[in-house]
Amino acid sequence: MRLLIITITMLLFSTVGHASDAPVELKSADTDIHDKESLRRGAQLFIDHCTTCHSAKYMRFERIAQDLEISEEDVKNNMMRFGATKITDSIKSALTPEAGEQVYGIAPPDLTLEAKYQGVDWVFSYLTGFYKDENATFGYNNHVMNNVAMPWVLAPLQDSMSEEEFSGNMRDLTNFMDYMAEPIKPWRQNFGKYVIIFLLILLIPVWLLKKEYWRDIQ
Amino acid sequence: MSTLRKKGTELLYWVDYRLPVIKAFKTHMSEYYAPKNLNFWYFFGVLAILAFANQLLSGIWLTMFYTPTLEGAFDSIEYIMRDVESGWIIRYMHEVGASFFFIAVYLHIYRGFLYGSYKEPRELVWLIGMVIYLLMMAEGFFGYVLPFGNMSYWGAKVILSLIGTIPLVGEDLQIWVQGDFFIGGATLSRFFAFHVALVPIILIAGVFLHLIALHQVGSNNPEGVDIKAQKDKEGKPLDGIPFHPYYTVHDLIPVVIFFMIFFAAIFYFPDGGGYFIEPPNYVPANNLSTPEHIAPVWYFTPFYAMLRAVTVNFLGIDAKLWGLVVMAGAIAIVFFLPWLDRSPVRSIRYKGRISKAFLMIWTISFLCLGVLGIKPADWAPFWASPVFTFIYFAYFVLMPFYTKWETCKTVPDRIYVHGKRQQQ
Repeated sequence: MRLLIITITMLLFSTVGHASDAPVELKSADTDIHDKESLRRGAQLFIDHCTTCHSAKYMRFERIAQDLEISEEDVKNNMMRFGATKITDSIKSALTPEAGEQVYGIAPPDLTLEAKYQGVDWVFSYLTGFYKDENATFGYNNHVMNNVAMPWVLAPLQDSMSEEEFSGNMRDLTNFMDYMAEPIKPWRQNFGKYVIIFLLILLIPVWLLKKEYWRDIQ
Repeated sequence: MSTLRKKGTELLYWVDYRLPVIKAFKTHMSEYYAPKNLNFWYFFGVLAILAFANQLLSGIWLTMFYTPTLEGAFDSIEYIMRDVESGWIIRYMHEVGASFFFIAVYLHIYRGFLYGSYKEPRELVWLIGMVIYLLMMAEGFFGYVLPFGNMSYWGAKVILSLIGTIPLVGEDLQIWVQGDFFIGGATLSRFFAFHVALVPIILIAGVFLHLIALHQVGSNNPEGVDIKAQKDKEGKPLDGIPFHPYYTVHDLIPVVIFFMIFFAAIFYFPDGGGYFIEPPNYVPANNLSTPEHIAPVWYFTPFYAMLRAVTVNFLGIDAKLWGLVVMAGAIAIVFFLPWLDRSPVRSIRYKGRISKAFLMIWTISFLCLGVLGIKPADWAPFWASPVFTFIYFAYFVLMPFYTKWETCKTVPDRIYVHGKRQQQ
């Protein structure tokens, strides 16, 4: 009977259709959110190259300093720009959304949650997916986002290093964006196992209790 | 110690004289006789209550920090996730909890299908339960709008536009529900009121009545045997055991296992792979940017697939309105299950082959509809949704006939475990 159910289910699902949702094949980002060194490099890359146009309005500098173990002094000197004065300020952009809309036709989106919205693989594929295209407005097009409105601001960086090195940099940047989208993520992933282990141990007395009470029930 | 104990007993009797706590405990716990053969399918009622309690508690904390305004809603969620102490886990408990509540309730309802728990004398238990399920759907819908992400907005737009398809009064009704000509601040603040006050209050009352009605008639069991038919000299059911302590300690096991899976999801898969929170909800609501593919959260998808199953206008009525009728009918017909099932036996174990086969095909159809509702409309061949919808309805509509005509096995007078009559 069970075998029949499984067979029929599988048959039905196989005839129902095939997913063709992903038109572009994404590269695996292969990031490690527990690698603080990588996160620190990614943070600096984000500040240096992205914040000219993009904000990250939910990400506070204080949190970056705490989580990534950077001194507040260093954060102040190397990261806080564009009118950010207090350590509790969030990442601001040099460009106002209105000005952005005038220049690019579309306001550069806030990037705090981008990695949650698009997924890390998409972000990584996007960052490594720019190619020269004479027909594009800013001379570059993108493999995962056709007719991209963003000028390829990392082109000088990309040209200055090997493909492998650049790919590593973009991996760090993606990693930071993954962290930024949910700063508690590395901590919850570390802590979760203790909760599960506690519950596993709790299961033993609970199991024995039931066994004891039900001993006389047939 | 002994004086303390004496004082405690005195206090208990003082209270009991004024409020029947001892009687209530006896009626519903220590002298409530439940069949001794309840299997794992019977875990999900307790787990549903647990999930409901989790929703209430985590929800109360969220209301402390959430802002039900157009400008503040999305930001306040990120505030909870980042700046509120332990806010992230409370939010995840609520968001993952919603899906777990539905998982528990779907399995709980399915248990009713399997063992005929809706049949006489438990019709009211079933009806109250169905009302609870309807309220949960409303609650889930309102709750999903509150973060006011882009999927919140477009999901609400699709569902509210359904109201607009109702002839004559539809458009006015839609504006009345929305509180405005479009989905805006007025919609958000009233959905907040519905989500945190109106619906939960009725839900609590519903769960209370569900339990009272159940304890009035007693629990069914996988055999469908009426345990009250065979009693000992003291009037206790021979195949029943007191709910407390037997089932209270028994149910602690599924509770711990439930928490294990629940917290594994919270710590490692809080988005449920995009099924608990859909990725477009990480972008604030934007009426100029439609998500590529609008799908409801997974627990609505079988009904959403039925809504989309009708694609042609006929009898001069718009396909969209037909879709609404089909979807509403799909939920409404389940209410009538106690009267559609005319089998002399309750449990699927003793029903005939047609019932077994039909339930199996129905189950597969319902699951397929769930998948179809998640996927874009052109993902599957055009006939898939209509065919599964047809099977879904056929199961109920034909039930009075096949349950009456088929031959069933004889139900024993007592509960047998491992094929042996139990000595007690």
